[in-house]
Amino acid sequence: MPLWLIDLNQMDEPHDDRHISIHATHPVAGSELTFGSVTDKISAIVLKRKTPIWWFVGFAISFALFQLMLLTITNMLFKGIGLWGVNIPVGWGLDILNFVWWIGIGHAGTLISAILLLLRQKWRTSINRFAEAMTLFAVAQAGVFPLMHLGRPWLGYWLFPYPNTMGIWPQFRSPLMWDVFAVSTYATVSALFWFVGLIPDFATLRDRANSKPFRLVYGMLAMGWRGSARHWHRYETAYLLLAGLATPLVLSVHTIVSFDFAVGIIPGWHATIFPPYFVAGAIYAGFAMVLLLTIPLRKVFGLESFITMRHMHNMAKVMLATGLIVVYGYMIEAFFGWYSGNQYERFMIWNRMHGPYAPYYWALILCNGLTPQLLWIKKIRSKLLVLWLISLVVSIGMWLERFVIVVTSLHRDFLPSSWGFYKPTQWDWAMFIGTIGFFFALLFLFIRFLPMISIFEMRTILPEAEVDEG
Amino acid sequence: MAQFDSPSTLVAAARETYAAGYRRINGYSPFPIEELSDAIGFKRTTLPLIVLAGGIIGAVGGFFMQYWMEVIDYPINVGGKPFNSWPAFIPITFECTVLCAALAAVFGMLALNKLPQPYHPVFNAPNFALATRDSFFLVIEANDPKFDHDEAMRFLKSLEAREVNDVEL
Repeated sequence: MPLWLIDLNQMDEPHDDRHISIHATHPVAGSELTFGSVTDKISAIVLKRKTPIWWFVGFAISFALFQLMLLTITNMLFKGIGLWGVNIPVGWGLDILNFVWWIGIGHAGTLISAILLLLRQKWRTSINRFAEAMTLFAVAQAGVFPLMHLGRPWLGYWLFPYPNTMGIWPQFRSPLMWDVFAVSTYATVSALFWFVGLIPDFATLRDRANSKPFRLVYGMLAMGWRGSARHWHRYETAYLLLAGLATPLVLSVHTIVSFDFAVGIIPGWHATIFPPYFVAGAIYAGFAMVLLLTIPLRKVFGLESFITMRHMHNMAKVMLATGLIVVYGYMIEAFFGWYSGNQYERFMIWNRMHGPYAPYYWALILCNGLTPQLLWIKKIRSKLLVLWLISLVVSIGMWLERFVIVVTSLHRDFLPSSWGFYKPTQWDWAMFIGTIGFFFALLFLFIRFLPMISIFEMRTILPEAEVDEG
Repeated sequence: MAQFDSPSTLVAAARETYAAGYRRINGYSPFPIEELSDAIGFKRTTLPLIVLAGGIIGAVGGFFMQYWMEVIDYPINVGGKPFNSWPAFIPITFECTVLCAALAAVFGMLALNKLPQPYHPVFNAPNFALATRDSFFLVIEANDPKFDHDEAMRFLKSLEAREVNDVEL
C-alpha cells in the first residue's frame, strides 16, 4: 500500500455522522475523475483550449506593470537610492519590508509541497504545483530588493565569496551574508524541486501535444521520461529526500531573514520571538496569497473537482492557526516591551501604539488580529468571496506588519536627537507595484504554458490508483 | 510488451513474470506504483547515499570555506568575536549542506536514471503514448537470460493483458 494513499484522517477519526459527513461532502478530489479525465482536463488548459481573451488582458496589464519595475530599476541605476525615501535614521524602508513580504509569501508554496508531503496530506496534491510556482516567482521578486537597495548594485557580486584581486572575503558573521546564502539556496532548491516535479508532466504534454514546436519543447524538457518503474522508484526517492531537505530549509530561510532584525540591537528588533514569529507570519501571508490566487483560478478554469471545498477549508484553517501565532507574537512584543522595565523598550511599544505611525499599527491589529478570527466560523470559510476578501486583508496586514517592524523601530530609537520620519516616495511604490506586476506576469505565463496542477500526482490520489492485491 | 488497464493487473502480472524466472523486466506507468518496483525485483537504489555524500560535502565545505577565509586567510575582528566564531558560521554551513544535498538528489537521480535519454525503443511500441495517460505496460527485454521470443510472447499472452506487442529496437 503506497504510503501516501493511507489517509490518516480517515484512520483516526471516529465514525459518527458529523465526521463522515465532512469527508463525504468535502472530498479531496471529485469522484467522477479518472486517469484519463485528469490528464485531459489539465493538459487541455495548456494544449487545446484557445487562449481566452481575459488572459491577454491580464497579461498585458501585469506586463505593463513589469515595465514600470524595469523603468524604476533603470532610473535607480542612474540616479541612486536617493530616489527612494530612505534616510537617516530610517535606512531601511519599503525595500527591506517588501523583500521580507515577498519571501514570506514564497514559504507557503514550499510548505504545501514539502511539509504536507511529509505529513502525508493528500489534499496538497492539486495545489502544490501552483504553490511552488508561486514560491519561485515570489522569491524572484524578493531578490530584486536587496540588489537594488545596494548603493552600487552592479557590484552585487561582491557578496559572494569568489577569489578576487582585492584579497578580501565577505563578512560571514553578518546576517546579511547569511541571507545571501539562504535566499540563493532557497531559490535554487525551490526551482529544482519544481522542475523535478514537472518532468513526468512534461512527458504527458509531449505525448499529447498536437503541434511540432510544442512537442519538441516539452520533449526536451521531459528529457526522455517514459514512466519506467525503475525510474519512478528513484524519482520518488529523490522527491521525498528533496521534501525532507526543503522542510528545514524553509524554516531556516525565514529564520535567517528574521535575524536581519533580531541580531540588531534596537528595541523592537532585538527579540528572540522573531524566528518563530516570522516563520508563522510567512506561512500566514503565503496561504493568504495562495487562496487569493486559487479561488478565482478554480472558477475560471472549472477546476472545482481538483481544488475542492476541502482545500479551501484546510487552507483557511492553516491561515487561522498561523494567524493566531502571529497575534501571540504581537501580544508578547507588547508584554516584554512593558515587562522589561527598559525605558527604550517601553517607549518603542508606546510609540507603536500612540506615535506618528499609530494608524499603521492599529490597522495591522485589525487586519491580522481581528479579521482572521472570522475564520473560526465554518459558514464564513465556505463563502468563497468572503474568504477571498479575508485573504486580501491578511496580505495587506502582513505588509503592514513588516512596515511597523521596520519603520517604527528605526525612526525613533535610543537618541531623540536622531529621531526622524520616513515617507515612501513614488519610486518606492513604483518598485513595489512593479514587482507585483512581474509576479502576475510570470503567473499568467505559467498558467498558459505549464500544467498548473500536478497531473501525475493527481492520478495517484484517485481511488483506482490503489493496487488491489487480492 | 503487454498493455494493461489498471495498476493492480500490472502488478499482478509483474509478480507472475518475476516468479516465472524472468529478470530483465520493466514496467511503465503514468504515475509511481510502489508495489511495481518490488514486483520487478528492483528494491534498492544508491540515491540516498549520494544525497548523504552531497550533504556532507556541503557541510564540511561550507564550514571550512568560512573557517579558512575568516580565520586563516584574512581574519578580521568583528565586534570582539573570536576568529573561529563557529556559532556565527552555522547558518551558512546549514544552507550549504542543504544546497549540495539537493543538487546531489536531483542530478544523482537524473544520472542514475540515465536521463536525458531522448530515444528509447519502447517509444516505438504501439499505444505507448498512453503510458503517460491511463495505460500500464510490462516489458520483457530481449537480453534477459531466459528470453526466447515465442516463449515470452506466449507467456505474456497468458497474463490478462489487453494487448501484447513486439517492440523493435
